[in-house]
Amino acid sequence: MNPFSSGTRLRDMIRAIRACKTAAEERAVVRKECADIRALINEDDPHDRHRNLAKLMFIHMLGYPTHFGQMECLKLIASPGFPEKRIGYLGLMLLLDERQEVLMLVTNSLKQDLNHSNQYVVGLALCALGNICSAEMARDLAPEVERLIQFRDPNIRKKAALCSTRIVRKVPDLAENFVNAAASLLKEKHHGVLITGVQLCYELCTISDEALEYFRTKCTEGLIKTLRDMTNSAYQPEYDVAGITDPFLHIRLLRLLRVLGQGDADASDLMTDILAQVATKTESNKNAGNAVLYECVETIMAIEDTNSLRVLAINILGRFLSNRDNNIRYVALNMLMKAITFDDQAVQRHRVTILECVKDPDASIRKRALELVTLLVNENNVTQLTKELIDYLEISDEDFKEDLSAKICFIVEKFSPEKLWYIDQMLKVLCEAGKFVKDDVWHALIVVISNASELHGYTVRALYKAVLTYSEQETLVRVAVWCIGEYGDLLVNNVGMLGIEDPITVTESDAVDVIEEAITRHNSDSTTKAMALVALLKLSSRFPSISERIKDIIVKQKGSLLLEMQQRAIEYNSIVDRHKNIRSTLVDRMPVLDEATFNVRRAGSFPASASTMAKPSVSLPNGVEKPVVAPLVDLLDLGSDDILATPSSSGPDFLQDLLGVDLGASSSQPGATLAPRTGTDLLMDILSIGTPSPAQNSTSSVDLLSTADVNSNPSIALDTLSSPAPPHVATTSSNGMFDLLHGLSPSPSKEATNGPAYPPIVAYESSSLKIEFTFSKAPGNLQSTNVQATFTNLSPNTFTDFIFQAAVPKFLQLHLDPASSNTLPASGNGAITQNLRVTNSQHGKKSLVMRMRIGYKLNGKDVLEEGQVSNFPRGL
Amino acid sequence: MGIRFILMVNKQGQTRLAQYYEWLTLEERRALEGEIVRKCLARNDQQCSFVEHRNYKIVYRRYASLFFMVGVDDDENELAILEFIHLLVETMDKHFGNVCELDIMFHLEKAHFMLEEMVMNGCIVETSKANILSPIQLMDKAH
Repeated sequence: MNPFSSGTRLRDMIRAIRACKTAAEERAVVRKECADIRALINEDDPHDRHRNLAKLMFIHMLGYPTHFGQMECLKLIASPGFPEKRIGYLGLMLLLDERQEVLMLVTNSLKQDLNHSNQYVVGLALCALGNICSAEMARDLAPEVERLIQFRDPNIRKKAALCSTRIVRKVPDLAENFVNAAASLLKEKHHGVLITGVQLCYELCTISDEALEYFRTKCTEGLIKTLRDMTNSAYQPEYDVAGITDPFLHIRLLRLLRVLGQGDADASDLMTDILAQVATKTESNKNAGNAVLYECVETIMAIEDTNSLRVLAINILGRFLSNRDNNIRYVALNMLMKAITFDDQAVQRHRVTILECVKDPDASIRKRALELVTLLVNENNVTQLTKELIDYLEISDEDFKEDLSAKICFIVEKFSPEKLWYIDQMLKVLCEAGKFVKDDVWHALIVVISNASELHGYTVRALYKAVLTYSEQETLVRVAVWCIGEYGDLLVNNVGMLGIEDPITVTESDAVDVIEEAITRHNSDSTTKAMALVALLKLSSRFPSISERIKDIIVKQKGSLLLEMQQRAIEYNSIVDRHKNIRSTLVDRMPVLDEATFNVRRAGSFPASASTMAKPSVSLPNGVEKPVVAPLVDLLDLGSDDILATPSSSGPDFLQDLLGVDLGASSSQPGATLAPRTGTDLLMDILSIGTPSPAQNSTSSVDLLSTADVNSNPSIALDTLSSPAPPHVATTSSNGMFDLLHGLSPSPSKEATNGPAYPPIVAYESSSLKIEFTFSKAPGNLQSTNVQATFTNLSPNTFTDFIFQAAVPKFLQLHLDPASSNTLPASGNGAITQNLRVTNSQHGKKSLVMRMRIGYKLNGKDVLEEGQVSNFPRGL
Repeated sequence: MGIRFILMVNKQGQTRLAQYYEWLTLEERRALEGEIVRKCLARNDQQCSFVEHRNYKIVYRRYASLFFMVGVDDDENELAILEFIHLLVETMDKHFGNVCELDIMFHLEKAHFMLEEMVMNGCIVETSKANILSPIQLMDKAH
């Protein structure tokens, strides 16, 4: 009895499932059927097995679990009849996979069936083995398959050949056993055997170099002859597709020739004629012909240089590209991407057509074309191509904007001829697709803006204008908010007008309106709001006349649902309110962000040489895992007590490390990082803590640093915070430790309060350099000390590019004036002096400590000296 | 391995045949089929027959109410796969006589047997319709 023709129950089940109106109904039917099948399986009636499995296959196709039927497959395979075996093997291939242990049980049945006297049974076993065999089964059954490749019936030979491709892929060691058999298959006339033989050879070539070499020397000519015979053969109705004899076999042959020709000039040479023949003679008005041409072009481009052929190939692609059929245009774009590596010029000729394809209504074609255009861009055509793409960005589908804007940003960053152009293009992208722009892209934009000091005014005005129109573009708003916060004064005063600009009148309150809009808009995300809050703080100092209004906006954020925002609002309010005298320094303009450091971070790597003294920080691994962050922060905070300060001329190097180039943190940092330097009272306010213990200090300051981006990776904050620290931690960490201990057991020192005279000290002395400090105090200001540093060169050679840098713990604030010179004459014939101003917020409790780093060039070589000054007179 | 899976899906997006040549869990299959069907069914006749999805390229072709979708590797010849789909349909036509969705539904195992003769482990085994169908017809006669 055949369960499929007369077994009504399978039909009934399918009908029942078809009749289901909803997914829920379908699930109910399937559940009931599965329950029945389970019951029947338990009864173990061999007559039901067929039908059960057929049903299970159907259920499986619908996407329901059917694992309980796996054993039924094995039972059917083990039964003697062909129909049972056939459905059993089919079930095996559909319901099981090579990872399941059940599969091991089938190895024995497979072995028996591979040796079965009925060739159809052998065929079934080969097919199943070819589809699902695991490495273990491959090892066990390889000898049987090897033997079957030479079987008399071609239908078995072809299946054995394909079965072998799976075996050698699973167990590459077995490859050599199949090489000879594979080579003999290439001489076959039967198309099925030939096409499987070619595929087996292809597989062997990719697995083993010896096999590749063998086929190259022994089989290349034979394959060429086979291909030629096929191309020239008379009409064969069984294999003819649109006038081409067996395009599938054509394609497989061309593909095998490709691996044989690749990297071998002789073999490539041999196949030139036949490739030229296929390329010129194949009919290109039907899909089958185009498929063959397409494969042929790919082979021509892959094999060793044969220029005339490549011209032919590029011409075919040109023809494809102008074809009206979208399928053909798609493959043309695909191939041109490969062609661009060896003939850029030829592809550039099709630039206009390719640009048209970017605007195609078909998403697949657009995607291909866009990738191709990205490859086509170079310094010469970047402005034109970018203009085209940005123009298109304005009208493109929403779902394409993400890809398109990402590519435009990539192109603009890579090939930008000048900063003004870069900023202009990025602004256009932000206006059109700001919500799709990735974080690293707009971070990069801010870094560039920060570096283009002559364009600050222009940029902030352009952003102001843009944000009025495109306020829904999140990243545009962020960049605008940042720039207005930083350069708000340039905005209202029209500073740095470029010739191309139309003058605009922006009042201070207009500028604040923009920020207020950003912070109050309900769909601004937390990062934008945090950035806006920092911008407000900055503007409160830039626009003193309306600082009351700004304060009101800040105060409103006390009611924010975000804890960070609440806290920051309170702190900033207190800065605006009570610390007018230090506010302007506190919210001073960000130092120029270092592009190199940013790029390095963006690339996720670190500079190879830590010896470049400008970046002592970045050797700190970035990928700190969350659980260890807290203790690590505490640990590192010892080091970060030292805030490096350098004269403004050479300042950025350290400061930007300190401030971090990562915007998530940096936007908020001017307030945060400068704060510790402005004295404890302020620090107390900012941190809103009553009793300062070092531990509390450290954790809170971490908070501060990561304020802007609540979701920001803690390691970034950590990174920025601890940036200047590691060298010190590694070398001389005692200082920080000292402070910590001091803080734990404060022992108020009892020095006089009327500012006695302090003896000068030798702060540092090495074989080549001596540094002396003399001290004076401004009357009435006990916390502050003026230090005059005198540098003397003890060596017989002149120092050039002399830079002195100093670092102090958090409770100190350090200000460095520019040095009198940066050249230090030899042998003590003259000196450099430099004034330092140190403010000790813990005056009377802690003494001064300082770490120094001196860099100079000696005979053109960079020299770096470091030292620590702990012999300051007490009471400073 | 060129072909990773073959799907037949009707206009409503219901799967009518699914053959995978690489292992995916049931959940992955359901998700993948859903995504692909949504993508392909949304496209019109003028658009090309290729859709890129995850790391697959889907080559699809519509015959009446039935979509034939073949997932292939990135380096597979897309035009050849289109030709293969046509060969598959012609073969089924030859057997069922103007094949329709119901033929495949009610003769799922036969459709699979035909596929088995045409594709093994993601590679094409046989391109002659007569050779593909002969074992199946032989079995039919035996019953």
